[in-house]
Amino acid sequence: MYDYTDFDRAFVQGRVEEFRDQVERRIAGSLTEEEFLPLRLRNGLYLQLHAYMYRIAIPYGTLNSRKLRQLAMISERWDRGYGHFTTRTNIQFNWPKLRDVPDMMAALAEVGMHSIQTSGNCVRNVTADHFAGAAADEIEDPRATAELLRQWSTDHPEFAWLPRKFKIGITAAPHDRAATKTHDIALRIVRDAAGAVGYEVSVGGGLGRTPMIAKTVREFLPKAELLPYIEAILEVYNLAGRRDNKHKARLKILVHEIGIDVVRARVEAAFEERLAAFRGVNPGLLAEIEAAFAPPAFVALPTEDYARAHAEDPVFRSWVDVNCVAHRRDDYAIATISLKPIGGTPGDATAAQMRLVADLAEAYAHDEVRVSHEQNLVLPHVPRAHLPAVHAALQEVGLATANVGLVSDIIACPGMDYCSLATARSIPIAQQIAETFADLDAQRDIGPLKIKVSGCINACGHHHVGHIGILGLDRAGVENYQITLGGDAAEAAAIGERAGPGFAYDEIVPAVERLIEAYLDHRLEPGESFLEAYRRLGAAPFKAALYPPEERSDAA
Amino acid sequence: MARQFQPRMATGSDLLEGDVVYFTSAGNWSRRIEDAALAVNPDAAANLLSRASAFPNAVVGVYLVEAALDDRGRAAPAHFREVFRTRGPSNYPQHGRQAEREHV
Repeated sequence: MYDYTDFDRAFVQGRVEEFRDQVERRIAGSLTEEEFLPLRLRNGLYLQLHAYMYRIAIPYGTLNSRKLRQLAMISERWDRGYGHFTTRTNIQFNWPKLRDVPDMMAALAEVGMHSIQTSGNCVRNVTADHFAGAAADEIEDPRATAELLRQWSTDHPEFAWLPRKFKIGITAAPHDRAATKTHDIALRIVRDAAGAVGYEVSVGGGLGRTPMIAKTVREFLPKAELLPYIEAILEVYNLAGRRDNKHKARLKILVHEIGIDVVRARVEAAFEERLAAFRGVNPGLLAEIEAAFAPPAFVALPTEDYARAHAEDPVFRSWVDVNCVAHRRDDYAIATISLKPIGGTPGDATAAQMRLVADLAEAYAHDEVRVSHEQNLVLPHVPRAHLPAVHAALQEVGLATANVGLVSDIIACPGMDYCSLATARSIPIAQQIAETFADLDAQRDIGPLKIKVSGCINACGHHHVGHIGILGLDRAGVENYQITLGGDAAEAAAIGERAGPGFAYDEIVPAVERLIEAYLDHRLEPGESFLEAYRRLGAAPFKAALYPPEERSDAA
Repeated sequence: MARQFQPRMATGSDLLEGDVVYFTSAGNWSRRIEDAALAVNPDAAANLLSRASAFPNAVVGVYLVEAALDDRGRAAPAHFREVFRTRGPSNYPQHGRQAEREHV
């Protein structure tokens, strides 16, 4: 993985000292809250419903054992012994004290971590395919590009005060696991007809109150021209983005208002100017970044014991079949560690669990851990020979739930259990759905299903792109939940359609049950997934299940 | 006809701890909602907010919110958001105000 250079270390250390000084001045009263607010947000510090919340960047979701252990230590020393992994592949601590945050930041800097640009109107943490470097279907590791963008965007003077936040997602595989099309800029590493590697660039994706799927602005961009092209997009956005209205300030609104063709013309014109002045990325620097993402030294280990365990132990087999996928090497697997135990909080991990995952990564999996935007952890490089030991260890700490990609693998934002912006709770809805479908055999029968829950219109829980999306709202002082159907975050990205009137807190889980029963009744065969059935049938049978006739007449 | 005025209370977050506090009739801040001063008409509410806003280096994010009354006439949360603010996260009963309320 990429290790900090002296330059990076000095920069992050400088930020710690700067923020320590700002906190001291705030506590002394020489900075007002109005002055302090943008400073703390730029360093990931929010004030939420019950306490401060400290958001820490995990660039492109990549961790190693040292970093994960430090996060565990920080959670115990200054917080409540757990952390929450987010849909931006960051981690949040929910109970820090203002005075302690500079010390937490200093502890992060010790391991090459920080909280810079995890909030505010700037380029946010760049997310990447969580199977990067391991997936069988990718062209190259997209994290080298993500790291280049991290270095380029960090404290970039021209783009420090954008109209609104700005998100970039990248994948190098045809199967989009990183929800790239929901980003302001979606990068897909592709090959042109001649076999050269470059980027398909799309712009204007985003969820929130006006959900949009990104539109392609350039079919193929040569790799060496990435930075001037990204700068051209940001320049166009920075100048023309709607600063007059916060709700219309994202790039997606500009793309929607002036159209992708006008955006393309402006971007290409700005690009031409920038390219002429661009002298290229320092080749030495680029080589260092690329070397940092070279594959680990894979080892060939015998797989007989693994095969025997897979044949003989049904619990292990179920975990492998559901949570592990093909690695670029046959004798390896990519193992997803579900942070969705039945009844648990999606994305939460205790300090003890973080340490155990760190130990496993170090002992068995080339010291790499990933965070997925679906709020799980991933061991991207596990020799199959080690899978039984990994599984047994995960079982000891409650991390062996075999539900990845199934009905109980739910994305949920913190909602009104933590967030001051929320209009309703999300976590208890996810917990209750998981408990309703607790039986793992039944979950496997239901098959691939992505349920995503947001506690407000800002859509941190990605509900618009859930196969079943749930949005919690405040309707006349009561929690109310709207359902959207048919959303998709993958390569065939689509925004879900609103099914109809919302449901009360105690009606939403039965409504989801009825949806799933309707799917089971209507699917052609067990291999037809919920989303496939929805696409074939349309919304009608699902709406009929959600709103049976007698209820409709009652509601009139 | 004008809707009857709902009593208001002033609440905010402690600068250092970040937790929920309520402005009291004694002119200071309490962590118990029962201590919250109640304003029963618009003028009193404006006055309450103004007094509660005089502690910019101790309490932040100060706002007025509708209050209900408990059976002893003390302030209680009206909206569900305020109910959650008196408790803490529903997924972890060991965290937040709910963990310390056994004495109430």
